[in-house]
Amino acid sequence: MTDLETLKYTRETGDFSRLIASIPYANFIGLECDQFGDDLIFRLPAKDQNLGNPVLPAIHGGVIGGFMELSAAIYLMLAQETVRMPRIVNFSLDYLRAGLDREIYAECRLTRQGNRVANVMITAWQKSRSKPISTARAHFLLED
Amino acid sequence: MDDRIRADRVTRFIQTLNQAVELGLTVTETTDRSLTLCLPYSDRIIGNPVTGVIHGGAITTLMDTTSGSLMLCALDVFELCPTLDLRVDYMRPAEPHKPVYARAEIHRLTRNIIFTRCEAYQDHGETVANCVGTFMRIGPQALPQAYREKITGGPV
Repeated sequence: MTDLETLKYTRETGDFSRLIASIPYANFIGLECDQFGDDLIFRLPAKDQNLGNPVLPAIHGGVIGGFMELSAAIYLMLAQETVRMPRIVNFSLDYLRAGLDREIYAECRLTRQGNRVANVMITAWQKSRSKPISTARAHFLLED
Repeated sequence: MDDRIRADRVTRFIQTLNQAVELGLTVTETTDRSLTLCLPYSDRIIGNPVTGVIHGGAITTLMDTTSGSLMLCALDVFELCPTLDLRVDYMRPAEPHKPVYARAEIHRLTRNIIFTRCEAYQDHGETVANCVGTFMRIGPQALPQAYREKITGGPV
């Protein structure tokens, strides 16, 4: 997904700009990431091009999915002790509320780390953390 | 309703979805139970800059849009059906520089829920991803009349 030098830099500095800049899809949807101690909070600022339903208006469900999926991959890359690139196997996504035209936040949790497979839970919210707009889980294959 | 009308409705509908326009999604085929959309290759949606493989998120959006627009083909009256859940299995990376197609089918249609199955594939026919989805029927009255007429091309 990205080169080792960028990953090393991100890990050492907590500055995600280079890592994000190296992934075109992250720029396409406008993903951002902030580090608070050990915690990572992923952000997707409001963007007209990310809208789906024009009536509400609401963010396209696919964009919410892509944002959560990419957040999980970046989270997993940084959670590894060694440098291993995660490859997504599958992704299960529940839409709980409409994603309105404002910033989305996401946080990830490593549910299970095996030798070759990792299971990550992702929660996304907007106004209030206690009212998630979507929850997801993903399996990743880790390769050397 | 014939396939020409279905294709026109779906085209008008996806043109109102900013993200679908941004990705350049187009209608490939419609029937009364299925819909195929095409996602053209673009450097902007690459997930792995080393291999040029597009990100799974673009494929998720393609399959969500295809499954969610299927209702325009299957229902005479236009209803917007929000996605309840999606389950995506990635079979293999999409080959770079080639479009990805998604073909969605109605698996079962009930009064409240629509169950869909969707397959993403490329020209040589190999499956890139599979997607199972459920969509909630909230009824046609949930949408403003003007928007419905814009999609159906007149009063329905």
